[in-house]
Amino acid sequence: MTNLTDLTLTGIRDGVAGGDFTATEVATAFNGAVAEAQEALNAFIVTTPEAALAAAAKVDADRAAGKPLGKLAGVPIGMKDLFATKGVQTTAASKILEGFKPEYESTVSQKLWDAGAGLLGKLNLDQFAMGSSNESSAYGKVTSPWRRPNDTAALAPGGSSGGSSAAVAARIVPAATGTDTGGSIRQPAAFTGISGIKPTYGRCSRWGIVAFASSLDQAGPMAHTVQDCAVMLEAMAGFDAKDATSLDMPVPNWEAALSGDLKGKKVGIPREYRIDGLNAEVAKSWDEGIAWLKDAGAEVVDISLPHSKYALATYYIIAPAEASSNLARYDGVRYGLRDLPDGANLQEMYAATRAAGFGDEVKRRILIGTYVLSAGFYDAYYTQAQKVRTLIARDFEEAFKQVDVILAPTAPTSAFALGEKTNPLDMYLGDVFSVPASLAGLPAMSVPAGLDSQGLPLGLQIIGRPFDEQGVLNAGLAIEQRAGFSAKPEKWW
Amino acid sequence: MSVDTATVAKIASLARIKVTPGDLEAMVPELNGILDWVEQLGEVDVTGVEPMTAVIPNTLRLREDITNADPLTGGGIRDAVLANAPAAEHGFFGVPKVIE
Amino acid sequence: MSDYRIQGATGEWEVVIGLEVHAQVTSNAKLFSGSATAFGAEPNSQVSLIDAAMPGMLPVPNMECIRQAVRTGIAIGAQINKWSRFDRKNYFYADLPQGYQISQLYHPIVGEGEIEITLDEKNPETSKKVIGVERIHVEQDAGKLMHDQHPTMSYVDLNRSGVALMEIVSRPDMRSPAEAGAYLAKLRSILRYVGSCDGNMDQGSMRADVNVSVRRPGDEFGTRTETKNVNSVRFVMAVVESEAKRQVAVIEDGGKIVQETRLYDPDRNETRSMRSKEDAHDYRYFPDPDLLPLVLDDAFVEEARASLPELPDAKRARYEGALGLTAYAAGVLTAEVDTARWFEALLAATATAQNKPEGEVAKQASNWLLSEFFGALNKLGKDLASSPIDAEKAGQLLALVGNGTISGSIAKQVLEKMLETGDDAATIVEREGLKQTSDTGAIEAAVATIMANNADKVEQYKAGKEALFGFFVGQTMKAMAGKANPQIVNELVKKALA
Repeated sequence: MTNLTDLTLTGIRDGVAGGDFTATEVATAFNGAVAEAQEALNAFIVTTPEAALAAAAKVDADRAAGKPLGKLAGVPIGMKDLFATKGVQTTAASKILEGFKPEYESTVSQKLWDAGAGLLGKLNLDQFAMGSSNESSAYGKVTSPWRRPNDTAALAPGGSSGGSSAAVAARIVPAATGTDTGGSIRQPAAFTGISGIKPTYGRCSRWGIVAFASSLDQAGPMAHTVQDCAVMLEAMAGFDAKDATSLDMPVPNWEAALSGDLKGKKVGIPREYRIDGLNAEVAKSWDEGIAWLKDAGAEVVDISLPHSKYALATYYIIAPAEASSNLARYDGVRYGLRDLPDGANLQEMYAATRAAGFGDEVKRRILIGTYVLSAGFYDAYYTQAQKVRTLIARDFEEAFKQVDVILAPTAPTSAFALGEKTNPLDMYLGDVFSVPASLAGLPAMSVPAGLDSQGLPLGLQIIGRPFDEQGVLNAGLAIEQRAGFSAKPEKWW
Repeated sequence: MSVDTATVAKIASLARIKVTPGDLEAMVPELNGILDWVEQLGEVDVTGVEPMTAVIPNTLRLREDITNADPLTGGGIRDAVLANAPAAEHGFFGVPKVIE
Repeated sequence: MSDYRIQGATGEWEVVIGLEVHAQVTSNAKLFSGSATAFGAEPNSQVSLIDAAMPGMLPVPNMECIRQAVRTGIAIGAQINKWSRFDRKNYFYADLPQGYQISQLYHPIVGEGEIEITLDEKNPETSKKVIGVERIHVEQDAGKLMHDQHPTMSYVDLNRSGVALMEIVSRPDMRSPAEAGAYLAKLRSILRYVGSCDGNMDQGSMRADVNVSVRRPGDEFGTRTETKNVNSVRFVMAVVESEAKRQVAVIEDGGKIVQETRLYDPDRNETRSMRSKEDAHDYRYFPDPDLLPLVLDDAFVEEARASLPELPDAKRARYEGALGLTAYAAGVLTAEVDTARWFEALLAATATAQNKPEGEVAKQASNWLLSEFFGALNKLGKDLASSPIDAEKAGQLLALVGNGTISGSIAKQVLEKMLETGDDAATIVEREGLKQTSDTGAIEAAVATIMANNADKVEQYKAGKEALFGFFVGQTMKAMAGKANPQIVNELVKKALA
């Protein structure tokens, strides 16, 4: 029998539905894999083997009773620890929420449970989703399952959804949820050779997801294949009346309409993304991708996104600004950590609690955000950034008059080592290709394209029009079919 | 725009994050590095451009005035609301005494 | 032009006042969550996950709260902004779970309007003034902190957190405590007419922040202070006076007025500076990214407009015009919506009972309500709301007077009995035999008896002491135990004295 943990999400779904194996067998296999890898990878903050088994048991019982099965029946998944899970600790990888057990379930995770999925555990992440390497978690760094050949240096799994990407790549979960604010699904997917999609802003509900930057945050699936992503996204997406920014549009049947045939489609190649000093292997991977899409029938068009170079700065003003306000509620009054020094008054309690509870990167971003919103600086920074954001969105609008999808690298490098990037700014620069699509709210995905000379994965990014996840998935599928990416990290744990 | 120790201290106070003098020392150059870098936005010509108000075109939906229509957004859940409180007292949240 | 002045040591000072009123919107649920808004519930029992600012919670606006703000704006003749936006006002306090308040700074839902006040009820025509309203916006209320339940802790109750408020900002057009009081009373009345706020200041559903500054007449505006959360009209007037006097004293002493927030202490009748504001508040307002801009269509605004009842100024004008009431009576009757509604019910009942158009019985109803009924209720320690009889019954009583069944003075007795027993007028008149008589014969006989017993007075009257006419009428009425038809008594006494 196939090693169950080698199966894709789709393979598990079909196998359970077809009776090839039981959901309980699947859950048991993955529970084992999770336990085995936990010390080495630290992908999970909390593991919930019982929950996975309980969900599996229900699916098996339903199947035996001839009841209809959900879209993800029998698929155990990892849940990024940013999604509130009722009765299960939810920390956002921060000390300030240590021990917090929500009395409510996020909309997206509820939809997944309703679809028959099971919870393997809460996946580690960069604290409050702020980071690109999963090194800022208060519960320890996540180590990527990937290593350079003959090198035991621990590598970053990417971030902020580093626990998610590491777990999927290591095959200790078949799929995981991630969230993407400036690239936090796409970049870790690229670093670990898996697929991940950030849908159109508003496609997935944000209700019950710990907020980082409200106008940018989006939940999305991370899994092995494009099809897996399509299946999982269908289960996650949909209008939620509890989220005022939720799109009131039906969820298309993305899986059913998947096609790698791009005849009649135009692919845009943004010239500004060919930055000075672009890593030669990344550039080569990009060129390969262009060739693949041509092969799939697409016409390749050179496009310009003139304001691209300002996207990072725009993002690093807007996201911290929104975060500084969203994180004000973590104050030790109603939940989470309370640090009350002797004789401290209320305001002192706030200051002590937040100093003790927030990690360095979180503090950094709160301070930047507070500063750019403060009197005297608001217009120069925040208003300016919001205007440039409009220009960036317009660039894409113009481009999409000429093309249907855009192809670009996901990240400027492959995975770096843990501890390698010590300068925050250095870390931010890694988001150069991913933030523009976030600022414009566009659907964007990363699919594995190949390995670089270090033997580490590289990913390619497809960006689409608003609401055109299908176009993005299809182009992703076209690449997947031609890239033939089958590399796996060698199991060293 | 550069920030100095005093400014960072003031921002930290606004943000209610206690910083030690040692923290401040380290933070100032870090923040300055980032702020200098985002300054570049100033060079963009934004004449006639409106700040972005809605990422993806959408209208603000208003909901009906029905009490507790959805258990997830309604009240009457005091136990749940106090469940994670560091200091719940007789149905209240306890905080260090405030003098107005 | 107001001539209110503070007499300082060095001369006269003018006072400039602006009021920011926070009015809790009447709605079932809160502004951004489904929790109930009723006053007086058990602590934290009307709090949703959203109100408690749990991680991942999001606001969705309540249509009724928006509608109420629009109705209020229309009622003060203000411009309705069909495009408005929510902003976050960021600061840290235990009654503010999110660490920010969702408000509307840059683009409020209602623009400029105005409120007309009357300073002298007795001379409404000559004592009117128009006070400008700068804007109305919608925002979240904060929770409540209690400080005396525990020695070292304050207790937080979030029931009120997230209730919708309308912040109604006046222009600094007021110049005296009386004007401030009149504005607040009129605003409260309008809100109660519109039904967008119950105006219960003692319950905190309406509170005023009082901005006061002083200047030499004709000078530029001085620096103002803000005294927060004043919860009665009387206190607002007291704050204006005490704060203005304080400021004059400071300036004349050589000091400067600091722009600051103050609290009113009613026991000491003075304002004091609020301690907790170490750093000047930088609220870092920015558009709330969880909410899109609020766009209202014409149909929404039109429905709001059509839903408004007749408002106080229009009602007062109609009472004076179509109903022929005096300016004073019209003013008193329309000052409070409940009074006006009671009056209109009485008017309808009276008109129906007497089969006459309302215009014809309006004066009767108004006079009776203002001079007889209020007085009678007062004596029992009651008001209209707690009246033992309703407008229907009152109308029947007036009908009995109108059609001559009883006299006006008997009506007073009947009213007392009605208030005591709750019985209707006809029953009481019947039971106690209070019908007035128009039996000319009986009255003639009574008149004759009075004349005979007071021959000397008859002489005096005939000699020119006309005032004695009333004496004869009165005596006759007394002799007939008040039940003689006064008109007939008058005629017959006149005849007898001729």
